[in-house]
Amino acid sequence: MQIEWIFGLAGGVLIGLGGAVYLLVNGRIMGASGIIGGIVDGSAGSQKAERAWFLAGLFGVPTVLALLFGNLQGDGPAQTYATENLWAVVVAGLLVGVGTRIANGCTSGHGVCGISRLSLRGIVATVFYIVAGGFGVILFKHLLGWV
Amino acid sequence: MRNLFSAISGGLFGAGLFVSGMTDTRKVQGWLDVFGEWDPTLAFVMGGAIIPMFFAWRWTEGRMPALGGMFPPKPNPVIGRNLVLGSTLFGFGWGLVGLCPGPSIASLYYGGIQGTVFVLAMGAGMWFAPSIKARLDGAAPAV
Repeated sequence: MQIEWIFGLAGGVLIGLGGAVYLLVNGRIMGASGIIGGIVDGSAGSQKAERAWFLAGLFGVPTVLALLFGNLQGDGPAQTYATENLWAVVVAGLLVGVGTRIANGCTSGHGVCGISRLSLRGIVATVFYIVAGGFGVILFKHLLGWV
Repeated sequence: MRNLFSAISGGLFGAGLFVSGMTDTRKVQGWLDVFGEWDPTLAFVMGGAIIPMFFAWRWTEGRMPALGGMFPPKPNPVIGRNLVLGSTLFGFGWGLVGLCPGPSIASLYYGGIQGTVFVLAMGAGMWFAPSIKARLDGAAPAV
């Protein structure tokens, strides 16, 4: 159990370093939903290439690490252990896509980048998505048994 | 140069998600599941990520980004309907499957059919979001 916390802390520091590079070098907030959403809806404009390279790193590095190390904290290949209920996956994807774009941020933008500058919006957003996530788990897992 | 540092930043983010175990949906749902076997890992990840970012924000004061341009403006303090509604919708989706935008891209290679379906559905949601937002704002303007 405690080894998982150390992996969590170390991984967290890496995430924060990624955000620090994006901020201090490129002058931008590292928010995954904004970076992806801006490409999807066309609002990224001239930043399209910069964002595509960000996503290439975000996809490429864990892919290489997964090929090299497999499941870092367990046996066998790397995997997400996501539910096999594809309807639940579609609903979740739609909710995450619509929700993060309406709220203008997700766990990385509002959470990591917002809380670290004591942004009220970042803190409020984080409270709402964590509480909603908690209710979601109670509803979808314990009451409905979807996942 | 901007593209290079973008890729480095994305790579660090992806490495951090992989190392921390945040692409394992059981850990994310475990954090949200206060009535199940509660898993505190996510708090360590958040804490670890906030430390370098806190110092990065401090560094920005009175300075310019290394590659030119301006740092983001001071955060907007207004809490509007869109922030609350959007974050709530996002939270339900996050709790349902345990994936959010960053980890969904990071785990796309090893996330199986679920990972691909999730990213496609998320992309569709992001595509529809501006028109949903416009409709909401038309019915009752957000603060």
